Amino acid sequence: MDLSAINPILLLASLMVAATPILLAAIGELVVERAGVLNLGVEGMMITGAVCGFIVATATGSPWLGFLGAALGGALLSLLFGLLTQFLLSNQVATGLALTLFGLGLSALMGQSYLGIRAPAFPDIHIPLLGDIPVVGPIVFQHDPMVYVGLGIVAGVWWFLNRTRGGLILRAVGENHDAAHALGYHVRRTRMLAITFGGACAGLGGAYLSLVRVPQWTEGMTAGAGWIALAIVVFASWKPGRLVLGAYLFGGVTVLQLNLQAAGVAVPVEYLSMSPYLATIAVLVIMSTGRAPGSLGRIFHAAR
Amino acid sequence: MKRRTLLASGAAAAALGLTGLPALAQDAKTKVGFIFVGPVGDGGWTYQHNEGRLAVEQEFGDKVETMFVESVPEGPDAVRVMTDMALKGANLIFTTSFGYMDQTVEVAAKFPDVKFEHATGFKDAPNLATYSARFYEGRAVQGHIAGHMTKSNVIGYIGSFPIPEVIRGINSSYLAAKAVNPDVQFKIVWAYTWFDPAKEAEAANVLIEQGADVILQHTDSTAPQAAAQAKGDVITFGQASDMAEYAPNPRVSSIIDNWAPYYIDRTRAVMDGTWETHQVWEGIGDGMVKIGEISDAVPAEVKASAEALRDSIGAGETHPFTGPLNKQDGSAWLAEGETADDGTLQGMNFYVEGIEGDIPS
Repeated sequence: MDLSAINPILLLASLMVAATPILLAAIGELVVERAGVLNLGVEGMMITGAVCGFIVATATGSPWLGFLGAALGGALLSLLFGLLTQFLLSNQVATGLALTLFGLGLSALMGQSYLGIRAPAFPDIHIPLLGDIPVVGPIVFQHDPMVYVGLGIVAGVWWFLNRTRGGLILRAVGENHDAAHALGYHVRRTRMLAITFGGACAGLGGAYLSLVRVPQWTEGMTAGAGWIALAIVVFASWKPGRLVLGAYLFGGVTVLQLNLQAAGVAVPVEYLSMSPYLATIAVLVIMSTGRAPGSLGRIFHAAR
Repeated sequence: MKRRTLLASGAAAAALGLTGLPALAQDAKTKVGFIFVGPVGDGGWTYQHNEGRLAVEQEFGDKVETMFVESVPEGPDAVRVMTDMALKGANLIFTTSFGYMDQTVEVAAKFPDVKFEHATGFKDAPNLATYSARFYEGRAVQGHIAGHMTKSNVIGYIGSFPIPEVIRGINSSYLAAKAVNPDVQFKIVWAYTWFDPAKEAEAANVLIEQGADVILQHTDSTAPQAAAQAKGDVITFGQASDMAEYAPNPRVSSIIDNWAPYYIDRTRAVMDGTWETHQVWEGIGDGMVKIGEISDAVPAEVKASAEALRDSIGAGETHPFTGPLNKQDGSAWLAEGETADDGTLQGMNFYVEGIEGDIPS
């Protein structure tokens, strides 16, 4: 055993990168759930985003266009969910699960001819001045741009939910859709927009895996990241600030597990891979303040 | 070939047989089936088996028909796929991963007229042969280069599953590295998969962060190569396939599994009716294991000594496991000048002395 081999600076730096895909997917799902919709299809939208992003990036040679394509792909798939649950009033849990299964199959089909191909490079940016600060520089300021885009989206969502009229309406719809409807707000329209945003974010998260993390396409490459994203939303009690903390905590577990192995500590892999979910359950029990949005998962019908 | 169509045609063939129609005119074509554990596009293990399949088609042209199913999970599902293939009229079926062993035995017993060949296993039958390559001979050459090239004296190793095949490779490369660089240290990460680019890339990154400047892999994708390239100043070796798209740097050499001559031989044996079961284990000398071009990133004298080691192993003059050698716990294994026997190698479940860490159970 040689714990000194683990360099804490590099560990924290790789933690930021490891957390980015789940952070992106989770912030999208947070908005969806604050609007009162439970979309369990995050995994399916992530993997669809991963393959769409990869296809667009290899076709155009531009990772940025790839991310755009991934967001579109994820959003399109989420629109299907929106159509089924908001207009045809299907059960959200069942539809979400179906969306995950559908996304996994669809992505495998779309990615058939993209196996073993290399993605265009997406270099890290070295932020001048900030990146040169000892210790903090390598940890925080020397990553690829998407890490900062992800944090930017979280900040934007916090501002939107807490500081704008639109955010207030979205929260009202999520807390009590009948009351919001009675006040004249468009429940369905608000929710469709939230669902689309959630799909686009999940798509970005998936593309981060296929274009930056790996970077290659393989079937089922998200490997449960979407479920972790769902757990983080609950862990964070539906608050954007805590979401960042949760994503870093959960993302850190994967990195830490491999680091411990390489350092010769024999921690059974299984314990570490179930730890995020155990933490979520513990948080649910401990934090009574983390109340779920009032209308979460309930079907809204204006005629009632 | 999609599994669905296979199923449908398998069922159709079975139905025809039941109604007592003369079996679809036994055309002269020999049908050869392949079961692959990964996608043919993995750029490694399965890619190389598929190259062997294409070589069979090239060699015999119209006289053979090949079929394959890719990404078949190791386990009960493989039984269904093999059975479908046998029902479809395959004369010879190659099952190309260790994890298909018991399934191949089971299906072979049901189809005594079909010949089966299982890669890297050790259970045979009158119609089931096994074949494998002495990859550890190639590992020794890799270890030799790695020991010379490392500046940090830390070599990272991405293991797939803790089975004898993989442990043998770790031991062989460690001994060769240690022989040229006594300070060398191995860091081993188990990925518990043969093919998962995300996990493999993650493992490579962690090893690099912990100071490794050479990455050896026993997993099949090119993801570790991509990770090493992104970090720079880290070298890697192609696994199973040449992975030449990452040459000359980070990929400085490779172990290539050259299955084509064997597949052609065995297909011909089925055609001639001379096929018999056997257990073969061939290495560099037989041409089943090849060392890929050593790139210019390696200094000329290291390249020369690596090639000398390769040739000497190929000629049978050097054995990668030559005593005196101790096991990890310090107990004696091989005496001075003694070489390891195949039985011990095939069941190897211990590290040699000097490797740190435990083999997960």
